[in-house]
Amino acid sequence: MLHIKCPYCGMRSQNEFSYGGDASVKRPELNKEISDEEWDNFVYNRKSLRGKHLELWQHLFGCRQWIKVERDTATHEIFNTYKADEEIT
Amino acid sequence: MQKYSIFNLVKNAFSNHENWDLAWKDPTPKEEYDVVIIGGGGHGLATAYYLAKEHNITKVAIIEKGWIGGGNVGRNTTIIRSNYMHDENALFSEFGMDLWRKMSQDLNYNVMFSPRGIINLAHSDAQMNAYARRGNSMRLNGIDAVLLNREQVKEIIPMADFSENVRFPIFGGLMQPSAGTARHDAVAWGYARQADSMGVDIIQNCEVTGFDVTAGKINGIRTSRGNIKTKKVGLCVAGSTNILAEKLNMTLPIETHLLQACVSEPVKPILDRVVTFGAGHFYISQSDKGEMVMGGDLDGYNSYAQRGNLPTLQHVLTEGIAMMPFLSKLKMLRTWGGIMDMSMDGSPIIDKTHIDGLYLNCGWCYGGFKATPASGWTFAHTIAQDRVHELNAGFSLNRFSTGHLIDEKGLGTKTWIS
Ligand SMILES: Cc1cc2nc3c(=O)[nH]c(=O)nc-3n(C[C@H](O)[C@H](O)[C@H](O)COP(=O)(O)OP(=O)(O)OC[C@H]3O[C@@H](n4cnc5c(N)ncnc54)[C@H](O)[C@@H]3O)c2cc1C
Ligand SMILES: [Zn+2]
Repeated sequence: MLHIKCPYCGMRSQNEFSYGGDASVKRPELNKEISDEEWDNFVYNRKSLRGKHLELWQHLFGCRQWIKVERDTATHEIFNTYKADEEIT
Repeated sequence: MQKYSIFNLVKNAFSNHENWDLAWKDPTPKEEYDVVIIGGGGHGLATAYYLAKEHNITKVAIIEKGWIGGGNVGRNTTIIRSNYMHDENALFSEFGMDLWRKMSQDLNYNVMFSPRGIINLAHSDAQMNAYARRGNSMRLNGIDAVLLNREQVKEIIPMADFSENVRFPIFGGLMQPSAGTARHDAVAWGYARQADSMGVDIIQNCEVTGFDVTAGKINGIRTSRGNIKTKKVGLCVAGSTNILAEKLNMTLPIETHLLQACVSEPVKPILDRVVTFGAGHFYISQSDKGEMVMGGDLDGYNSYAQRGNLPTLQHVLTEGIAMMPFLSKLKMLRTWGGIMDMSMDGSPIIDKTHIDGLYLNCGWCYGGFKATPASGWTFAHTIAQDRVHELNAGFSLNRFSTGHLIDEKGLGTKTWIS
Protein backbone atom coordinates (compact mmCIF):
# COMPACT_ATOMS: atom_id res chain seq x y z
CA MET A 1 0.00 0.00 0.00
CA LEU A 2 1.34 3.42 -0.96
CA HIS A 3 1.26 6.23 1.57
CA ILE A 4 1.02 9.62 -0.07
CA LYS A 5 1.60 12.87 1.77
CA CYS A 6 -1.08 15.29 0.64
CA PRO A 7 0.40 18.82 0.94
CA TYR A 8 -2.92 19.91 2.44
CA CYS A 9 -3.92 16.98 4.67
CA GLY A 10 -0.73 15.09 5.47
CA MET A 11 0.07 11.38 5.13
CA ARG A 12 -2.88 9.36 3.80
CA SER A 13 -3.41 5.88 2.37
CA GLN A 14 -3.39 5.28 -1.37
CA ASN A 15 -7.07 4.32 -1.16
CA GLU A 16 -8.03 8.00 -0.77
CA PHE A 17 -6.35 9.03 -4.03
CA SER A 18 -6.99 8.63 -7.72
CA TYR A 19 -4.29 8.74 -10.34
CA GLY A 20 -3.94 11.43 -13.00
CA GLY A 21 -0.92 10.41 -15.05
CA ASP A 22 2.34 12.00 -16.16
CA ALA A 23 2.57 15.56 -14.79
CA SER A 24 5.28 16.64 -17.20
CA VAL A 25 2.90 16.59 -20.17
CA LYS A 26 2.08 20.16 -21.24
CA ARG A 27 -0.91 21.28 -23.26
CA PRO A 28 0.18 23.36 -26.28
CA GLU A 29 -0.38 27.07 -25.69
CA LEU A 30 -3.65 28.60 -26.82
CA ASN A 31 -3.87 30.97 -29.79
CA LYS A 32 -0.67 29.72 -31.36
CA GLU A 33 0.12 27.76 -34.49
CA ILE A 34 0.26 24.14 -33.28
CA SER A 35 1.77 21.31 -35.30
CA ASP A 36 0.29 17.80 -35.44
CA GLU A 37 3.42 16.59 -33.73
CA GLU A 38 2.88 18.88 -30.75
CA TRP A 39 -0.69 17.62 -30.39
CA ASP A 40 0.51 14.02 -30.62
CA ASN A 41 3.01 14.61 -27.87
CA PHE A 42 0.35 16.12 -25.66
CA VAL A 43 -2.43 13.62 -26.30
CA TYR A 44 -0.69 10.29 -26.93
CA ASN A 45 3.08 10.09 -26.59
CA ARG A 46 4.48 9.26 -23.15
CA LYS A 47 8.02 8.72 -21.87
CA SER A 48 6.77 6.34 -19.16
CA LEU A 49 10.07 6.56 -17.29
CA ARG A 50 11.49 3.73 -15.24
CA GLY A 51 12.69 5.49 -12.09
CA LYS A 52 11.78 8.99 -10.95
CA HIS A 53 8.40 9.99 -12.38
CA LEU A 54 6.51 13.21 -11.72
CA GLU A 55 2.80 12.46 -11.75
CA LEU A 56 -0.60 13.88 -10.90
CA TRP A 57 -2.83 12.45 -8.19
CA GLN A 58 -6.11 13.74 -6.83
CA HIS A 59 -6.94 13.47 -3.14
CA LEU A 60 -10.39 12.40 -4.26
CA PHE A 61 -11.72 11.02 -0.98
CA GLY A 62 -10.10 13.77 1.07
CA CYS A 63 -9.67 17.44 0.24
CA ARG A 64 -10.25 16.80 -3.52
CA GLN A 65 -7.15 18.82 -4.46
CA TRP A 66 -4.92 17.81 -7.35
CA ILE A 67 -1.30 17.31 -6.34
CA LYS A 68 2.01 16.33 -7.90
CA VAL A 69 3.92 13.32 -6.64
CA GLU A 70 7.50 12.40 -7.42
CA ARG A 71 7.64 8.60 -7.26
CA ASP A 72 9.98 5.84 -8.41
CA THR A 73 8.07 3.64 -10.87
CA ALA A 74 10.25 0.61 -10.10
CA THR A 75 10.49 0.77 -6.29
CA HIS A 76 7.39 2.93 -5.54
CA GLU A 77 9.52 5.11 -3.25
CA ILE A 78 7.89 8.55 -2.95
CA PHE A 79 10.49 11.32 -2.83
CA ASN A 80 8.32 14.40 -2.64
CA THR A 81 4.81 15.75 -3.05
CA TYR A 82 3.79 19.23 -4.21
CA LYS A 83 0.72 21.37 -4.64
CA ALA A 84 -0.38 21.28 -8.26
CA ASP A 85 0.66 24.88 -8.91
CA GLU A 86 3.86 24.72 -6.88
CA GLU A 87 7.10 25.62 -8.66
CA ILE A 88 9.42 22.59 -8.66
CA THR A 89 13.13 23.29 -8.57
CA MET B 1 15.19 -32.92 -33.47
CA GLN B 2 13.65 -35.73 -31.45
CA LYS B 3 9.90 -35.89 -32.03
CA TYR B 4 7.66 -35.95 -28.98
CA SER B 5 5.41 -38.98 -29.37
CA ILE B 6 4.02 -41.88 -27.38
CA PHE B 7 6.57 -44.11 -29.11
CA ASN B 8 9.52 -41.96 -28.00
CA LEU B 9 8.06 -41.62 -24.54
CA VAL B 10 8.00 -45.38 -24.11
CA LYS B 11 11.44 -45.76 -25.68
CA ASN B 12 12.97 -43.21 -23.33
CA ALA B 13 11.33 -44.79 -20.32
CA PHE B 14 13.80 -47.66 -20.71
CA SER B 15 16.69 -45.27 -20.13
CA ASN B 16 14.96 -43.47 -17.24
CA HIS B 17 14.32 -40.44 -19.46
CA GLU B 18 17.97 -39.47 -19.20
CA ASN B 19 18.70 -39.35 -22.94
CA TRP B 20 16.19 -36.81 -24.21
CA ASP B 21 17.72 -34.07 -26.39
CA LEU B 22 17.82 -30.61 -24.87
CA ALA B 23 14.72 -28.70 -26.01
CA TRP B 24 16.91 -25.78 -27.11
CA LYS B 25 20.63 -24.99 -27.08
CA ASP B 26 22.54 -22.30 -25.24
CA PRO B 27 24.64 -20.70 -28.01
CA THR B 28 27.11 -17.83 -27.67
CA PRO B 29 26.10 -14.81 -29.76
CA LYS B 30 27.49 -14.73 -33.29
CA GLU B 31 29.01 -11.58 -34.75
CA GLU B 32 26.19 -11.02 -37.22
CA TYR B 33 22.60 -12.09 -37.92
CA ASP B 34 20.10 -11.41 -40.70
CA VAL B 35 17.45 -10.60 -38.11
CA VAL B 36 17.69 -9.97 -34.37
CA ILE B 37 14.53 -10.26 -32.27
CA ILE B 38 14.71 -8.52 -28.91
CA GLY B 39 12.64 -10.20 -26.19
CA GLY B 40 12.14 -13.93 -25.63
CA GLY B 41 8.48 -13.74 -24.66
CA GLY B 42 5.68 -15.36 -26.62
CA HIS B 43 5.73 -12.78 -29.39
CA GLY B 44 9.50 -12.80 -29.92
CA LEU B 45 9.67 -16.60 -29.96
CA ALA B 46 6.70 -16.91 -32.32
CA THR B 47 8.17 -14.27 -34.64
CA ALA B 48 11.46 -16.17 -34.90
CA TYR B 49 9.59 -19.41 -35.53
CA TYR B 50 7.52 -17.96 -38.39
CA LEU B 51 10.57 -16.17 -39.86
CA ALA B 52 12.20 -19.57 -40.20
CA LYS B 53 9.12 -21.56 -41.12
CA GLU B 54 7.25 -19.19 -43.46
CA HIS B 55 10.09 -17.08 -44.85
CA ASN B 56 13.08 -19.37 -44.70
CA ILE B 57 15.09 -16.82 -42.73
CA THR B 58 17.07 -18.80 -40.17
CA LYS B 59 20.12 -16.67 -39.40
CA VAL B 60 18.10 -15.21 -36.56
CA ALA B 61 18.85 -14.49 -32.91
CA ILE B 62 16.42 -13.97 -30.05
CA ILE B 63 18.04 -11.82 -27.38
CA GLU B 64 16.46 -12.21 -23.93
CA LYS B 65 17.69 -10.35 -20.86
CA GLY B 66 16.41 -12.98 -18.43
CA TRP B 67 15.13 -16.41 -19.35
CA ILE B 68 12.61 -17.16 -22.09
CA GLY B 69 9.09 -17.24 -20.75
CA GLY B 70 10.00 -15.23 -17.64
CA GLY B 71 8.01 -12.19 -18.75
CA ASN B 72 4.32 -11.78 -19.34
CA VAL B 73 4.02 -14.93 -21.41
CA GLY B 74 4.61 -16.87 -18.19
CA ARG B 75 2.52 -14.55 -16.00
CA ASN B 76 -0.81 -14.23 -17.79
CA THR B 77 -4.15 -15.88 -17.15
CA THR B 78 -4.17 -17.52 -20.59
CA ILE B 79 -7.52 -16.34 -21.91
CA ILE B 80 -7.77 -16.81 -25.68
CA ARG B 81 -10.66 -15.17 -27.53
CA SER B 82 -11.59 -13.13 -30.60
CA ASN B 83 -14.77 -11.43 -29.31
CA TYR B 84 -13.91 -8.01 -30.71
CA MET B 85 -16.16 -5.54 -32.44
CA HIS B 86 -13.74 -3.63 -34.65
CA ASP B 87 -12.64 -5.29 -37.87
CA GLU B 88 -8.90 -4.87 -37.29
CA ASN B 89 -8.97 -6.68 -33.93
CA ALA B 90 -11.64 -9.18 -34.95
CA LEU B 91 -10.01 -10.42 -38.16
CA PHE B 92 -6.54 -10.50 -36.63
CA SER B 93 -7.68 -12.45 -33.56
CA GLU B 94 -9.83 -14.85 -35.54
CA PHE B 95 -6.84 -15.62 -37.78
CA GLY B 96 -5.04 -16.37 -34.52
CA MET B 97 -7.84 -18.69 -33.31
CA ASP B 98 -7.14 -20.87 -36.30
CA LEU B 99 -3.43 -21.02 -35.44
CA TRP B 100 -4.33 -21.91 -31.84
CA ARG B 101 -6.44 -24.84 -32.95
CA LYS B 102 -3.50 -26.27 -34.91
CA MET B 103 -0.73 -25.25 -32.54
CA SER B 104 -0.08 -28.48 -30.62
CA GLN B 105 0.29 -30.42 -33.90
CA ASP B 106 2.23 -27.67 -35.62
CA LEU B 107 4.76 -27.34 -32.79
CA ASN B 108 4.76 -31.03 -31.80
CA TYR B 109 4.19 -29.74 -28.27
CA ASN B 110 1.06 -30.08 -26.19
CA VAL B 111 -0.02 -26.51 -25.44
CA MET B 112 -3.23 -27.81 -23.85
CA PHE B 113 -5.46 -25.51 -25.87
CA SER B 114 -8.87 -25.81 -24.27
CA PRO B 115 -11.69 -24.10 -26.23
CA ARG B 116 -14.08 -24.09 -23.29
CA GLY B 117 -15.88 -20.86 -24.19
CA ILE B 118 -15.98 -17.44 -22.57
CA ILE B 119 -19.05 -15.74 -21.08
CA ASN B 120 -19.11 -11.98 -20.54
CA LEU B 121 -21.88 -11.28 -18.03
CA ALA B 122 -24.35 -8.43 -18.51
CA HIS B 123 -25.96 -6.67 -15.57
CA SER B 124 -28.41 -4.25 -17.21
CA ASP B 125 -30.65 -3.91 -20.26
CA ALA B 126 -28.21 -1.42 -21.74
CA GLN B 127 -25.38 -3.91 -21.39
CA MET B 128 -27.47 -6.63 -23.05
CA ASN B 129 -28.04 -4.25 -25.98
CA ALA B 130 -24.33 -3.48 -26.22
CA TYR B 131 -23.53 -7.20 -26.19
CA ALA B 132 -26.14 -7.90 -28.87
CA ARG B 133 -24.41 -5.32 -31.01
CA ARG B 134 -20.96 -6.74 -30.32
CA GLY B 135 -22.18 -10.28 -30.97
CA ASN B 136 -23.70 -9.25 -34.28
CA SER B 137 -20.50 -7.49 -35.30
CA MET B 138 -18.57 -10.63 -34.45
CA ARG B 139 -20.89 -12.83 -36.50
CA LEU B 140 -20.54 -10.51 -39.48
CA ASN B 141 -16.83 -11.25 -39.30
CA GLY B 142 -17.43 -15.00 -39.12
CA ILE B 143 -16.79 -15.30 -35.37
CA ASP B 144 -19.09 -17.40 -33.20
CA ALA B 145 -21.18 -15.43 -30.70
CA VAL B 146 -24.24 -16.43 -28.69
CA LEU B 147 -26.38 -14.03 -26.69
CA LEU B 148 -27.59 -15.79 -23.53
CA ASN B 149 -30.51 -14.77 -21.33
CA ARG B 150 -30.49 -15.07 -17.55
CA GLU B 151 -31.87 -18.63 -17.49
CA GLN B 152 -29.38 -19.83 -20.08
CA VAL B 153 -26.49 -18.36 -18.11
CA LYS B 154 -27.82 -19.96 -14.94
CA GLU B 155 -27.80 -23.36 -16.59
CA ILE B 156 -24.13 -23.02 -17.51
CA ILE B 157 -22.79 -21.38 -14.34
CA PRO B 158 -25.26 -22.10 -11.53
CA MET B 159 -22.62 -21.21 -8.93
CA ALA B 160 -22.86 -17.51 -9.83
CA ASP B 161 -25.08 -15.30 -7.69
CA PHE B 162 -28.59 -15.39 -9.21
CA SER B 163 -30.43 -14.11 -6.15
CA GLU B 164 -32.83 -11.20 -6.62
CA ASN B 165 -31.45 -8.63 -4.23
CA VAL B 166 -27.91 -8.23 -5.45
CA ARG B 167 -26.33 -4.93 -6.46
CA PHE B 168 -25.51 -6.20 -9.98
CA PRO B 169 -28.09 -8.84 -11.00
CA ILE B 170 -27.18 -11.06 -13.93
CA PHE B 171 -29.36 -10.16 -16.93
CA GLY B 172 -27.61 -12.50 -19.36
CA GLY B 173 -24.34 -12.64 -21.20
CA LEU B 174 -22.42 -12.87 -24.44
CA MET B 175 -20.68 -16.16 -25.09
CA GLN B 176 -17.96 -17.02 -27.58
CA PRO B 177 -18.02 -20.84 -27.49
CA SER B 178 -14.73 -21.26 -29.38
CA ALA B 179 -12.71 -19.11 -26.94
CA GLY B 180 -10.70 -20.75 -24.19
CA THR B 181 -7.35 -21.17 -22.49
CA ALA B 182 -3.96 -22.79 -23.10
CA ARG B 183 -0.87 -23.61 -21.09
CA HIS B 184 1.24 -20.46 -21.38
CA ASP B 185 4.65 -21.95 -20.57
CA ALA B 186 4.13 -24.65 -23.16
CA VAL B 187 3.45 -22.00 -25.80
CA ALA B 188 6.79 -20.30 -25.10
CA TRP B 189 8.68 -23.59 -24.91
CA GLY B 190 6.99 -25.06 -27.97
CA TYR B 191 7.88 -22.08 -30.16
CA ALA B 192 11.41 -21.97 -28.70
CA ARG B 193 12.08 -25.63 -29.37
CA GLN B 194 10.93 -25.46 -32.99
CA ALA B 195 12.72 -22.17 -33.71
CA ASP B 196 15.92 -23.60 -32.26
CA SER B 197 15.62 -26.74 -34.37
CA MET B 198 15.43 -24.61 -37.52
CA GLY B 199 18.63 -22.75 -36.67
CA VAL B 200 17.48 -19.78 -34.58
CA ASP B 201 19.90 -18.83 -31.76
CA ILE B 202 18.09 -18.34 -28.45
CA ILE B 203 20.41 -16.19 -26.37
CA GLN B 204 19.37 -15.82 -22.74
CA ASN B 205 20.81 -13.69 -19.93
CA CYS B 206 21.74 -11.05 -22.48
CA GLU B 207 20.33 -7.55 -22.17
CA VAL B 208 20.07 -5.19 -25.12
CA THR B 209 21.53 -1.89 -23.97
CA GLY B 210 21.64 0.19 -27.15
CA PHE B 211 21.43 0.41 -30.92
CA ASP B 212 23.76 1.37 -33.76
CA VAL B 213 21.85 3.63 -36.06
CA THR B 214 23.62 5.50 -38.85
CA ALA B 215 21.96 7.66 -41.48
CA GLY B 216 18.52 6.46 -40.41
CA LYS B 217 19.44 2.78 -40.71
CA ILE B 218 19.90 0.03 -38.15
CA ASN B 219 23.37 -1.49 -38.27
CA GLY B 220 23.44 -3.44 -35.07
CA ILE B 221 22.65 -3.67 -31.38
CA ARG B 222 24.68 -3.39 -28.20
CA THR B 223 24.20 -6.00 -25.53
CA SER B 224 25.59 -6.99 -22.15
CA ARG B 225 27.44 -9.75 -24.04
CA GLY B 226 28.93 -7.59 -26.78
CA ASN B 227 27.89 -5.93 -30.01
CA ILE B 228 25.95 -7.77 -32.70
CA LYS B 229 25.68 -6.65 -36.32
CA THR B 230 22.37 -6.86 -38.12
CA LYS B 231 20.31 -4.93 -40.66
CA LYS B 232 16.95 -5.88 -39.15
CA VAL B 233 15.79 -5.64 -35.55
CA GLY B 234 12.35 -6.61 -34.25
CA LEU B 235 11.35 -5.19 -30.88
CA CYS B 236 9.15 -7.57 -28.81
CA VAL B 237 9.79 -6.42 -25.26
CA ALA B 238 6.20 -5.77 -24.06
CA GLY B 239 6.40 -3.78 -20.79
CA SER B 240 9.98 -2.67 -21.48
CA THR B 241 9.16 -1.01 -24.81
CA ASN B 242 9.51 2.56 -23.51
CA ILE B 243 12.93 1.85 -22.03
CA LEU B 244 14.33 0.73 -25.38
CA ALA B 245 12.42 3.41 -27.30
CA GLU B 246 14.20 6.04 -25.24
CA LYS B 247 17.54 4.69 -26.48
CA LEU B 248 16.24 5.23 -30.03
CA ASN B 249 15.06 8.77 -29.23
CA MET B 250 11.49 7.68 -29.82
CA THR B 251 8.52 8.59 -27.62
CA LEU B 252 5.65 6.15 -28.11
CA PRO B 253 1.91 6.16 -27.40
CA ILE B 254 2.56 3.58 -24.67
CA GLU B 255 2.64 3.58 -20.88
CA THR B 256 3.85 0.77 -18.68
CA HIS B 257 1.43 -0.40 -16.00
CA LEU B 258 1.18 -3.35 -13.67
CA LEU B 259 -1.41 -6.11 -13.87
CA GLN B 260 -1.86 -8.69 -11.16
CA ALA B 261 -3.40 -12.12 -11.12
CA CYS B 262 -3.86 -14.78 -8.46
CA VAL B 263 -4.88 -18.38 -7.97
CA SER B 264 -6.75 -20.04 -5.15
CA GLU B 265 -5.99 -23.35 -3.54
CA PRO B 266 -6.95 -26.21 -5.87
CA VAL B 267 -10.53 -27.45 -5.58
CA LYS B 268 -12.63 -30.07 -7.37
CA PRO B 269 -13.87 -29.14 -10.86
CA ILE B 270 -16.64 -26.56 -10.57
CA LEU B 271 -16.18 -24.10 -13.44
CA ASP B 272 -15.67 -25.27 -17.01
CA ARG B 273 -15.80 -21.85 -18.76
CA VAL B 274 -14.04 -18.54 -18.62
CA VAL B 275 -16.38 -15.96 -17.04
CA THR B 276 -16.02 -12.20 -16.80
CA PHE B 277 -17.96 -9.88 -14.49
CA GLY B 278 -19.71 -7.13 -16.43
CA ALA B 279 -20.05 -4.48 -13.74
CA GLY B 280 -16.36 -4.09 -13.11
CA HIS B 281 -13.17 -5.84 -14.08
CA PHE B 282 -12.91 -9.41 -12.88
CA TYR B 283 -12.43 -12.66 -14.73
CA ILE B 284 -12.11 -16.28 -13.67
CA SER B 285 -11.41 -19.74 -14.98
CA GLN B 286 -10.36 -23.02 -13.38
CA SER B 287 -7.02 -24.58 -14.23
CA ASP B 288 -6.52 -28.28 -14.83
CA LYS B 289 -4.87 -28.43 -11.43
CA GLY B 290 -8.10 -27.17 -9.87
CA GLU B 291 -6.95 -23.65 -8.94
CA MET B 292 -9.36 -20.81 -9.59
CA VAL B 293 -7.37 -18.41 -11.83
CA MET B 294 -8.47 -14.80 -11.29
CA GLY B 295 -7.55 -11.30 -12.38
CA GLY B 296 -8.96 -7.88 -13.07
CA ASP B 297 -7.84 -4.26 -12.91
CA LEU B 298 -4.44 -2.70 -13.42
CA ASP B 299 -2.79 -1.40 -10.26
CA GLY B 300 -3.65 2.04 -11.59
CA TYR B 301 -0.39 3.99 -11.80
CA ASN B 302 2.76 3.71 -13.95
CA SER B 303 4.80 0.78 -12.70
CA TYR B 304 7.81 -1.32 -13.64
CA ALA B 305 7.73 -3.17 -10.33
CA GLN B 306 6.62 -6.59 -11.64
CA ARG B 307 4.91 -6.98 -8.29
CA GLY B 308 1.52 -5.74 -7.20
CA ASN B 309 -0.15 -3.89 -4.41
CA LEU B 310 -2.88 -5.19 -2.10
CA PRO B 311 -5.65 -2.55 -2.51
CA THR B 312 -6.14 -3.54 -6.16
CA LEU B 313 -6.22 -7.22 -5.36
CA GLN B 314 -8.78 -6.64 -2.62
CA HIS B 315 -10.92 -4.58 -5.00
CA VAL B 316 -10.76 -7.21 -7.75
CA LEU B 317 -11.61 -10.08 -5.42
CA THR B 318 -14.53 -8.14 -3.95
CA GLU B 319 -16.00 -8.11 -7.44
CA GLY B 320 -15.28 -11.81 -7.74
CA ILE B 321 -17.14 -12.59 -4.54
CA ALA B 322 -20.08 -10.44 -5.69
CA MET B 323 -20.25 -12.56 -8.84
CA MET B 324 -19.55 -15.98 -7.29
CA PRO B 325 -20.00 -15.87 -3.50
CA PHE B 326 -18.44 -19.34 -2.94
CA LEU B 327 -15.04 -17.78 -3.70
CA SER B 328 -15.00 -16.16 -0.25
CA LYS B 329 -14.41 -19.61 1.28
CA LEU B 330 -11.26 -20.30 -0.73
CA LYS B 331 -7.71 -19.62 0.42
CA MET B 332 -5.40 -17.65 -1.82
CA LEU B 333 -2.47 -19.71 -3.01
CA ARG B 334 -0.36 -17.29 -5.02
CA THR B 335 -0.41 -13.77 -6.45
CA TRP B 336 1.94 -12.17 -8.98
CA GLY B 337 2.19 -9.31 -11.45
CA GLY B 338 3.52 -8.41 -14.87
CA ILE B 339 4.30 -5.11 -16.56
CA MET B 340 2.04 -4.26 -19.45
CA ASP B 341 2.64 -2.14 -22.53
CA MET B 342 -0.63 -0.16 -22.42
CA SER B 343 -1.32 1.62 -25.70
CA MET B 344 -3.39 4.79 -25.90
CA ASP B 345 -6.33 3.16 -27.69
CA GLY B 346 -6.04 -0.32 -26.19
CA SER B 347 -4.97 -1.90 -29.49
CA PRO B 348 -1.49 -3.11 -30.47
CA ILE B 349 1.18 -1.73 -32.80
CA ILE B 350 2.86 -4.03 -35.35
CA ASP B 351 4.65 -1.80 -37.79
CA LYS B 352 7.78 -0.49 -39.44
CA THR B 353 9.32 2.68 -38.02
CA HIS B 354 11.05 5.79 -39.38
CA ILE B 355 14.33 3.95 -38.81
CA ASP B 356 15.17 1.63 -41.67
CA GLY B 357 15.33 -1.97 -40.43
CA LEU B 358 13.69 -1.29 -37.08
CA TYR B 359 10.33 -3.00 -36.57
CA LEU B 360 7.98 -2.47 -33.67
CA ASN B 361 5.70 -4.97 -31.91
CA CYS B 362 4.07 -3.57 -28.76
CA GLY B 363 0.95 -2.15 -27.15
CA TRP B 364 -0.51 -5.52 -26.17
CA CYS B 365 -2.11 -4.25 -23.00
CA TYR B 366 -3.60 -7.14 -21.02
CA GLY B 367 -4.61 -9.16 -24.07
CA GLY B 368 -1.40 -10.16 -25.77
CA PHE B 369 -1.25 -13.84 -24.87
CA LYS B 370 -4.08 -14.79 -27.19
CA ALA B 371 -2.35 -12.75 -29.91
CA THR B 372 0.91 -14.71 -29.67
CA PRO B 373 0.58 -16.81 -32.87
CA ALA B 374 -1.05 -14.11 -35.03
CA SER B 375 1.39 -11.48 -33.79
CA GLY B 376 4.40 -13.69 -34.53
CA TRP B 377 3.00 -14.60 -37.93
CA THR B 378 2.28 -11.03 -39.07
CA PHE B 379 5.41 -9.57 -37.49
CA ALA B 380 7.57 -12.17 -39.28
CA HIS B 381 5.86 -11.15 -42.53
CA THR B 382 6.43 -7.46 -41.83
CA ILE B 383 10.13 -8.02 -41.11
CA ALA B 384 10.80 -10.48 -43.94
CA GLN B 385 8.98 -8.52 -46.65
CA ASP B 386 9.68 -5.07 -45.21
CA ARG B 387 5.97 -4.24 -45.48
CA VAL B 388 2.93 -4.85 -43.30
CA HIS B 389 0.47 -7.65 -44.00
CA GLU B 390 -3.18 -6.70 -44.47
CA LEU B 391 -3.94 -8.36 -41.12
CA ASN B 392 -1.72 -5.90 -39.23
CA ALA B 393 -2.08 -2.88 -41.53
CA GLY B 394 -4.52 -1.28 -39.08
CA PHE B 395 -2.07 -1.65 -36.18
CA SER B 396 0.07 1.19 -37.48
CA LEU B 397 2.13 3.54 -35.35
CA ASN B 398 0.87 6.64 -37.12
CA ARG B 399 -2.82 5.88 -36.54
CA PHE B 400 -2.66 8.09 -33.47
CA SER B 401 -1.70 11.17 -35.47
CA THR B 402 -4.00 10.39 -38.40
CA GLY B 403 -6.96 9.71 -36.10
CA HIS B 404 -7.54 6.09 -37.14
CA LEU B 405 -7.67 4.81 -33.59
CA ILE B 406 -8.99 1.35 -32.80
CA ASP B 407 -10.55 2.05 -29.42
CA GLU B 408 -12.53 -1.09 -28.67
CA LYS B 409 -13.76 0.16 -25.30
CA GLY B 410 -14.01 3.85 -26.06
CA LEU B 411 -11.85 4.65 -23.05
CA GLY B 412 -9.51 7.21 -24.56
CA THR B 413 -5.95 7.82 -23.49
CA LYS B 414 -6.18 7.23 -19.74
CA THR B 415 -4.74 3.76 -19.97
CA TRP B 416 -4.89 3.11 -16.24
CA ILE B 417 -8.67 3.45 -16.21
CA SER B 418 -9.41 -0.09 -17.15
C1 LIG C 1 -1.33 -10.91 -14.82
C2 LIG C 1 -1.49 -10.92 -16.32
C3 LIG C 1 -2.60 -11.52 -16.89
C4 LIG C 1 -2.77 -11.53 -18.29
N1 LIG C 1 -3.82 -12.22 -18.81
C5 LIG C 1 -3.94 -12.34 -20.15
C6 LIG C 1 -4.98 -13.15 -20.70
O1 LIG C 1 -5.77 -13.77 -19.97
N2 LIG C 1 -5.09 -13.23 -22.05
C7 LIG C 1 -4.23 -12.58 -22.87
O2 LIG C 1 -4.40 -12.68 -24.08
N3 LIG C 1 -3.21 -11.82 -22.38
C8 LIG C 1 -3.04 -11.69 -21.04
N4 LIG C 1 -2.01 -10.94 -20.52
C9 LIG C 1 -1.15 -10.19 -21.45
C10 LIG C 1 -0.04 -11.01 -22.08
O3 LIG C 1 0.59 -11.79 -21.11
C11 LIG C 1 0.97 -10.07 -22.76
O4 LIG C 1 0.30 -9.12 -23.56
C12 LIG C 1 1.94 -10.83 -23.66
O5 LIG C 1 2.49 -11.93 -22.99
C13 LIG C 1 3.06 -9.88 -24.10
O6 LIG C 1 3.90 -10.42 -25.09
P1 LIG C 1 5.19 -11.34 -24.77
O7 LIG C 1 4.74 -12.69 -24.40
O8 LIG C 1 6.07 -11.27 -25.95
O9 LIG C 1 5.82 -10.54 -23.53
P2 LIG C 1 6.91 -10.99 -22.47
O10 LIG C 1 6.79 -12.42 -22.11
O11 LIG C 1 6.87 -9.99 -21.36
O12 LIG C 1 8.25 -10.84 -23.31
C14 LIG C 1 9.06 -9.69 -23.37
C15 LIG C 1 10.47 -10.12 -23.06
O13 LIG C 1 11.39 -9.07 -23.37
C16 LIG C 1 12.47 -9.17 -22.48
N5 LIG C 1 13.22 -7.91 -22.47
C17 LIG C 1 12.80 -6.71 -22.00
N6 LIG C 1 13.79 -5.79 -22.15
C18 LIG C 1 14.83 -6.41 -22.74
C19 LIG C 1 16.14 -5.99 -23.15
N7 LIG C 1 16.57 -4.74 -22.98
N8 LIG C 1 16.96 -6.91 -23.72
C20 LIG C 1 16.55 -8.19 -23.89
N9 LIG C 1 15.33 -8.64 -23.53
C21 LIG C 1 14.49 -7.77 -22.94
C22 LIG C 1 11.79 -9.49 -21.15
O14 LIG C 1 12.70 -10.07 -20.23
C23 LIG C 1 10.68 -10.45 -21.58
O15 LIG C 1 11.04 -11.81 -21.45
C24 LIG C 1 -1.81 -10.91 -19.13
C25 LIG C 1 -0.69 -10.31 -18.55
C26 LIG C 1 -0.51 -10.32 -17.17
C27 LIG C 1 0.72 -9.69 -16.57
ZN1 LIG D 1 -5.71 16.38 0.77
